Amino acid sequence: MHMADALLSPAVGGTFWAGTIGTIGYASKKLKEHPDDRKIPLMGVLGAFIFASQMINFTIPGTGSSGHLGGGMILAVLLGPHAAFLVMASVLTVQALFFADGGLLALGCNIWNLGFYPCFVAWPLIYKPLAGGGRSPQRILLASMASGIVGLQMGAFSVVLQTLLSGKTALPFTTFLLMMQPIHLAIGVVEGFVTAGVINYVRAARPEILDSSDSSAPLAAGISLRNVLIGIVALAIVTGGALSWFASAHPDGLEWSIAKVTGKGELPEQEHGIPAALKSVQEKTAFLPGYGFKPQANEPKAKEEAPSWPNVDAGTSVSGLIGGVLVLAMALGIGWLIRAFRRRSAP
Amino acid sequence: MSFETAYSGIGRLDRLSYRDTVVHRLDPRAKVVATLLFVVVVVSFPKYEVLSLLPFFLFPVLIGALGDIPAGFIARKVVAVSPFAVFVGIFNPLFDPSTVAIAPGVSVSAGWVSFASILVKFALTISAALLLIATTSFPGICRGLRRLGFPALFVSQLLFLYRYLFVLMEEAMRVVRARDMRSFGTRGTGVRVFVRIVGTLFLRTVERAERIYGAMLARGFRGEVPSMRREALRSSDAFFVLAAGGFFALCRFVPVPQMIGRLVRGLAG
Repeated sequence: MHMADALLSPAVGGTFWAGTIGTIGYASKKLKEHPDDRKIPLMGVLGAFIFASQMINFTIPGTGSSGHLGGGMILAVLLGPHAAFLVMASVLTVQALFFADGGLLALGCNIWNLGFYPCFVAWPLIYKPLAGGGRSPQRILLASMASGIVGLQMGAFSVVLQTLLSGKTALPFTTFLLMMQPIHLAIGVVEGFVTAGVINYVRAARPEILDSSDSSAPLAAGISLRNVLIGIVALAIVTGGALSWFASAHPDGLEWSIAKVTGKGELPEQEHGIPAALKSVQEKTAFLPGYGFKPQANEPKAKEEAPSWPNVDAGTSVSGLIGGVLVLAMALGIGWLIRAFRRRSAP
Repeated sequence: MSFETAYSGIGRLDRLSYRDTVVHRLDPRAKVVATLLFVVVVVSFPKYEVLSLLPFFLFPVLIGALGDIPAGFIARKVVAVSPFAVFVGIFNPLFDPSTVAIAPGVSVSAGWVSFASILVKFALTISAALLLIATTSFPGICRGLRRLGFPALFVSQLLFLYRYLFVLMEEAMRVVRARDMRSFGTRGTGVRVFVRIVGTLFLRTVERAERIYGAMLARGFRGEVPSMRREALRSSDAFFVLAAGGFFALCRFVPVPQMIGRLVRGLAG
C-alpha cells in the first residue's frame, strides 16, 4: 500500500514530509537521551533484516496466495517505538530509492503510514496493555493481532485520505475506503499472526533480548486502562483537529472529490447496503459535517470545478498537441544524440 | 518480484552509481535538491494537465544520457512498480465520464485525460528517483542528507542498513533456497516454517550485531560514523541546481508545447 507521487498534491506530500521529518528528529532526540551505542549497529542490522525477511514469502493457509512481513510492529516490540520508527524510516527510504516504491515526495507519507501508526499508536496504546508483561504466548498473540490490525487499518485509511485530499483521482471516498480497508484487514490478521510467531520464537530461544528492549523503552512502566483511554481520546481530538485543518487548508481537493461522489449517478446505489450503512455511520459520527454528502448541496460546485484545460478552443489545443509531441521527440532526441556521441567518442 | 531479481536490481543500481560521468561527479546535495524540486513541480500540475508535463521528460532523459544509465533498465523498473498508481488511476475514466474535445472532431472522456496525467507524472517522478540513486552512491546521498541537516543517528542508521543489506539478503537467499529444495509444491512454505525461518534469521542478526558492535568498539566507535571527506559545493553544482530550477520554473509557468506548436503551424502555413 505504498502511496505514489503521481497521486499526491504538493500540499499533502509536503505536510506529511514535515510530520515525518519532525518525528525523525523527535525519535533521534529521544534515543540520544538514553545513549546506548550498542543499539546503533543493532538498529542498522535489524533494518537490513526486515528488508531481507520481506523477501521471504509464505503461503497463507486456505487461500494459496503468498504474504510477507511488514515489520513495523515487530520492530516496535523488539526495539521500542523510537528506534523502531527510525528503522522503519530507513527501510522505506532505501525501498523508495532502490525499488522506486512510491517515489520521493510520497516517501514522507509512506514513512508516516507504515511507521508512525504501528510505532507510536498501535504499540503503546494496544500492544503494551494487551501483552502485559509479555510472559504468555497467548497474550502476545492477542496483542500482536490487535495491534497489527489497527496499525494497518490506520495506515490504509491514511492512504485513502492522502489520495482524496490530493484530488488527483475521481475515486469516490466510500468506494476507495471499501476497497482498501477489507484488504488490509486480511493483511493485518496475517501480519499479527506472523509477528506473534516470531516474538514467541525469540522469547523461547533468547528471552533476554525482549527484556532488554522492554526496560529501555520509556513507556514500559506499566500503563493503566485509564491512561489508555485518555490517550485514545487525545488522539481522536488531534486527528479531528488535523483533519479540519487539512480540509480548510486544502479545500478544493476534498470538496472536489466529494462533489464527484455526489455529482454522479452513484447515489441511488448508495441508499442501501454497506455504503448506506457506512454513510449513516458517517453522519452519526459527524465526520467532516461541513462538507455533507448530500447531492443538492454540492451540485453547483461540481459544475464550477469543470476541468480547466479541456475548455480551450480547438485551435489552441491542436497547437498544444503538435507542440507536446515535438517537445517529447526533442527531449528523447537529445538523449539519443548524447548517447550516440558518447559511444563514438569512447575508444 | 522474486528474490533474485530484487537482489540483482539493487546490486546493479549500486554498481551504476560508482561510474564516473559529469552527472556522477556532481555533489550529492545538488542532485538531491534538484530531484526533490523536480518531483514537487511535476506533482503541482492540476489533474487534467498532460501536454505541459511533456517538456519535463528532458530532465530524466538528460540525466540518464549524460550519466550513461541504460534507459531500458530504468524503464523496466518504472513499469514494475506501476500497479498501485495504475490501479487507483484507472477509476478516473469510470467515475469521470464528461467528454472533452482534445482536437477538432476527437473527444474523449475527461477521466482518460486525468488518467494519462497520472501516468505521465508517475513515469516522471519514479524515473527521477531511480536516476538519482543510479547516479549517486548511497553513502554519498547519506553524506548529503547529513549536510542538509538530517539527524546523525538517522544517517548512520541508513549507512548501517545499506552496509548489511547485501549480507543479510544473501543469508536469507540461502535459507529460502534450502527451504525450496526441501519442499514440494506448497508443502513447507506455510506460516509455521516461515515464522521459524524469520526467528532464526533474527537471532543470527542479533548475534551478528553484537559481533559488529565489538569490532566497532575496538576501532574507536563513539556513537557516530565519521566521514573523512570534506566536500565544498563547487560552482558546477550551483550551476546545475540553478539551471534545473530555471528550467522547471519555465516549464511550470509557460505553456511551452503550445508555443512551439503555434510556431510550427505559423511556419507551415
